[in-house]
Amino acid sequence: MTYLDHAATTPMLPSAISAMTEAMALHGSALGNASSLHSSGRKARRIVEEARELIAESLGARPSEVIFTAGGTESDNLALKGIYWARRNGDDRKRRVLVSAIEHHAVLDAAQWLADEAGAELTWLEVDDFGRVHEDTLRAAIATNPDDVALVSVMWANNEVGTVNPVGELAGVCTEHGIPFHTDAVQAVGELPVDFAASGASALTLTGHKLGGPYGAGALLLGRDVACVPLLHGGGQERDVRSGTLDVPAVHAFATAVEQVTAERAVRAEELAALRDELVAAVLRKVPDAVLNGDPGQSAVADGPSRLPGNAHFTFPGCEGDSLLMLLDAQGIECSTGSACTAGVAQPSHVLLAMGVEAAAARGSLRFSLGHTSTSEDVAALEAAIGPVVERARSAGIAGLRRKAATQESGVR
Amino acid sequence: MRVLAAMSGGVDSAVAAARAVSAGHDVVGVHLALSAKPGTLRTGARGCCTVEDARDARRVADILGIPFYVWDFAERFGADVIEDFVAEYAAGRTPNPCMTCNEKIKFEALLDKATALGFDAVSTGHYARLSHVDGAPELRRSADLGKDQSYVLASLTSDQLRNAMFPLGDSVKSDVRAEAAERGLMVADKPDSHDICFIPDGDTQAFLGKKIGNRPGTLVDDKTGAVLGRHTGVHGFTVGQRHGLGIDAPAPDGRPRYVLSLEPVSGTVKVGAREELAVREIVGQRVRWPSGRPIDGEVDCVAQVRAHGGTAPVTARVQGDRMHVTVDGELRGVAPGQTIVLYAPDPGGDIVLGSARITETG
Repeated sequence: MTYLDHAATTPMLPSAISAMTEAMALHGSALGNASSLHSSGRKARRIVEEARELIAESLGARPSEVIFTAGGTESDNLALKGIYWARRNGDDRKRRVLVSAIEHHAVLDAAQWLADEAGAELTWLEVDDFGRVHEDTLRAAIATNPDDVALVSVMWANNEVGTVNPVGELAGVCTEHGIPFHTDAVQAVGELPVDFAASGASALTLTGHKLGGPYGAGALLLGRDVACVPLLHGGGQERDVRSGTLDVPAVHAFATAVEQVTAERAVRAEELAALRDELVAAVLRKVPDAVLNGDPGQSAVADGPSRLPGNAHFTFPGCEGDSLLMLLDAQGIECSTGSACTAGVAQPSHVLLAMGVEAAAARGSLRFSLGHTSTSEDVAALEAAIGPVVERARSAGIAGLRRKAATQESGVR
Repeated sequence: MRVLAAMSGGVDSAVAAARAVSAGHDVVGVHLALSAKPGTLRTGARGCCTVEDARDARRVADILGIPFYVWDFAERFGADVIEDFVAEYAAGRTPNPCMTCNEKIKFEALLDKATALGFDAVSTGHYARLSHVDGAPELRRSADLGKDQSYVLASLTSDQLRNAMFPLGDSVKSDVRAEAAERGLMVADKPDSHDICFIPDGDTQAFLGKKIGNRPGTLVDDKTGAVLGRHTGVHGFTVGQRHGLGIDAPAPDGRPRYVLSLEPVSGTVKVGAREELAVREIVGQRVRWPSGRPIDGEVDCVAQVRAHGGTAPVTARVQGDRMHVTVDGELRGVAPGQTIVLYAPDPGGDIVLGSARITETG
């Protein structure tokens, strides 16, 4: 099996699995509810607080700024809706939500919901051909009326094409106007240097299963001075922003993974980028007309590489992504046509469309994403398969086009 | 063989896929997304393209241990099936969209793609028997006459059928459900789908009304020429229709009136007595030979003109690109746009000889 879909979910790190099973074994003897006051509760609480401190330290945040959630989607929803509600409650004019056009659906759809149901006004931030939001674009969008902006959300690095945004500069523009800036850093943590305090962001999303931790555990780093109305009401856990009994083993494993990947990041990212460049070269060798989408990754943005080191995203002209996916899958090579959430029915990627890619070309695109278990053998397997696969997918695409043309010519339906 | 199993999410295509797997084929399941905006849940017993149906199909594929994909054919389906359906009704004809879907989507768009991707056959859950005799496809009625779908497959060409597989042809529906239950497929008790999948509420008139709009015309007595009423479009009528004509006065002889013909340009709907519906001569175009072998000279056989209709003995011959059929028995309510399918009666399942799209009746 050649797993080239780490951006969807990456295997758990052995250290995280140990942490999780240890905490579960404790739970089997006497690990209480982290909110309980007795000894078993204190034991659980200690694990949770140590996890909080570990994450804070790894990512340049204060422990009180770490809000545990059930994952990226919840963190994004909490940031968008919670901060919007808080800002609007403070000043009814503050209803404008500025969101980049290349966000994950967890941000896009939350923003759209605010517009449909909560009186928000959306301003889409355009991106360049690499899928990057520029400081000037944000500055101009705010300038139309700086007083009505509730919040800005721009992802740290794009999950599909891997392009990194100048997060520090964007956050800086927001700071000038006292506007909260949220960034979805789900893909960034572990691959890019992420420092919450230094970035100037007000809120930052991360999740466990993208960095070697478990599913169902994530966090929102939320600046101490950033007001946020909770989505979930109840026991008042997590600064009263996110009620609910914490999944102690998952939180422990999540923090263990965060610590490891951030500690090893500089070295791993370089290895990953080298392997990625090898993969890109291999694909282009076999399919010379394939187009690498997104930033080429050879420059620096936000104190790190301009492209996620593990990301390679191509358009294969004349092919349909679902044909490519199936043919590669049949050869044991696993990749993705876009984000897994929309992979049920092939829709052209909103990210590629926002970058100005034609709908037909967008449909013929694949993402290969590398991670901590990737090796040169994976790249070799892809190199061996990709040429014939593209050729076959192309003939399937042409078969469809030919039939369509014949139908139109003869006027027969 | 490498088999692509079209999986709607229903029990039939699920068991068909399971049988292909059991037969030792290398099977991949594909659900066709036919609507750009599918409903989330099935409403009623209609349709087969909701998200829930795709999920059901995926769960069956999981149990069978085969890869599963959703392929988007919404654009092709919209252009080739839905638009054609509306255009045919607007032209006063009576189309069969399932037949069009078999011709244009399942055994054209899907089959072309499948073949190009290296598959040898497309399997579906249709109830019809297909074998290959001396390299020529032979399409017969299903062993379950109540479920037989050979009619809606009769407009396929031999090239299309050569790459088709109908693993349920020898089975009756109750056995298929029992087999689904035995195999642990949770769709075993799923209700059958009925009617037209892209009209989930079943209200064809409302659907056509929205697409075509008002095209007022008159209801006219076929014998006297007397205007008996008004209507909002010929697409609201089908030849042979008795109810819902909107005529308040009964016929002078007190017998019910039936729609005899539709004239889309003038908007005239001719009505008359039941016996006037009887048809003696049928002419059809778009002639298809599933076996690849046209009939030779005059052939005595039986004909069927709608999916669940009866049959009548006929004599058929081909002249140029037309099929001419003389009805020996009685066929009523034959409308242009319907497909006439010729069968050679056979104890092993009537054999489909050919089909044609009806253009004229007399």
